[in-house]
Amino acid sequence: MAISHGLIALNGIMKREFWRFIHQRERFLAALVRPLIWLFVFAAGFRSTLGLAIIPPYETYILYEVYIAVGLIGMIQLFNGMQSSLSMVYDREMGSMKTLLVSPLPRWFLLMAKLLASTSVSILQVYAFLMVAWFYDIQAPCLGYLSVFPALVLTGLMLGALGLLLSTCIKQLENFSGVMNFVIFPMFFMSTALYPLWKIKESSLLLHTLASYNPFSQAVELIRFSLYGQFNLYAFSYTLVSFMVFMSIASWGYKPSSGWKVKK
Amino acid sequence: MTKPAASSLQVKNLSYSFETKQVLHDISLSLAGGDCGILLGPNAAGKTTLFSLIAGLYNGREGQVLINGVDIKNKPYNALSRLGVVFQQSTLDMDLSVLQNLNYHAALHGMSGRRATSRINEELDHLGLQDSKNEKIRALNGGHRRRVEIARALIHQPSLLLLDEPTAGLDIPTRQALVEHLHNLCSNGRVSILWATHLIDEVYPTDKVIVLNKGRIEAQGEVSVICKKLAVDDLKAAYQTLTGKN
Repeated sequence: MAISHGLIALNGIMKREFWRFIHQRERFLAALVRPLIWLFVFAAGFRSTLGLAIIPPYETYILYEVYIAVGLIGMIQLFNGMQSSLSMVYDREMGSMKTLLVSPLPRWFLLMAKLLASTSVSILQVYAFLMVAWFYDIQAPCLGYLSVFPALVLTGLMLGALGLLLSTCIKQLENFSGVMNFVIFPMFFMSTALYPLWKIKESSLLLHTLASYNPFSQAVELIRFSLYGQFNLYAFSYTLVSFMVFMSIASWGYKPSSGWKVKK
Repeated sequence: MTKPAASSLQVKNLSYSFETKQVLHDISLSLAGGDCGILLGPNAAGKTTLFSLIAGLYNGREGQVLINGVDIKNKPYNALSRLGVVFQQSTLDMDLSVLQNLNYHAALHGMSGRRATSRINEELDHLGLQDSKNEKIRALNGGHRRRVEIARALIHQPSLLLLDEPTAGLDIPTRQALVEHLHNLCSNGRVSILWATHLIDEVYPTDKVIVLNKGRIEAQGEVSVICKKLAVDDLKAAYQTLTGKN
């Protein structure tokens, strides 16, 4: 594959994702409203009952809203990853996936390009959320808004790759509701998005272990540290390895030899 | 225009099974440049599976598929760059405009800027779609959507065009216009076509007919040759004799 061909195709796939995004304004609104409800309703309600000790990367006591805001960024990316998985299943059901698969490009490249495109859309949503949160007095250091960008790329890719992997396992659109119950909810609630690990440990050791190994927890921690201008090597490595594992399995699932992935 | 001599498509001893069920048995066929090949067969004859193998959507375990002399298994991207496909089901993005769909396809084939714009405009002109280019696909009727799909498949100037029942669901005048347009593409030598259908009235006397039944090729050649061989008057009778179906 010539590099110029790859770049043109990547540009085309990104553009298509943005066109679709523009045409589906409800999708953008839903992606923004969901975390904002959590922030304005859930977090505000729990503010007085949940005190948080000083934990890195924070250097002082923080309000619960400040803590949960990062988890909600993760939530935006998690839902976006699952949304792109849903659109892959839809494309496969409707047949438009075939257009992509008969183009003269390696499948790993096509999947990676789709992943980058959906990650870009999720990053736009995250920055829109951060802007609203800023007016709600949830403000990170100015440089944090820049330093969080590469972290958002990696976490977006990791959660998108998980979505791709799931799309290879789901044969029908109707089965997608299972993803909600068995992937999104457990991943979100068994993570550090809502409570820090030490707090989870206080109530359940098993939950603490599950949350520690949950890739979504590490994605949230990577975002949290980056937003405050710090680098969490463990969270970064864990997220990177998770991305590589999910992506490898998803690429295998879309190979022509696994022809069952393409609806006959 | 004279027809190019090279083989656009060669399928050699191709067999395929879905788990234990064999759906294609030792298929061999070839199309020269500018040929219009009509793949006739009843439902479940194996037409779509054969197309999926030619397009590289499935990996054939036995046999070989060469597009313009390039093996789809060994050099898939090279082979696919010479191939245009129109699937039985519409594969257009309904929420995007005609132009956006065509630009997306051009980008997948490494075409951008002036080259893509000029090729898109040529195909829009050929298919009479200039006036609808900014319309969303969702707003177009079935005939227009089909034409967009054909335009899309031709943008990168493939040497072989695969059409899987492209006239399905269209009204008679639209179908006739499309059949004529596709035959013109072949006679101009622009492209070779392999066209799956079960509608005998879409076949022209000069077409190369391939009758597929239960995963086997029952006959292939020009209409007159097949009819003579089976001692029947027309293709309809030949088709009935070969498949046992109307």
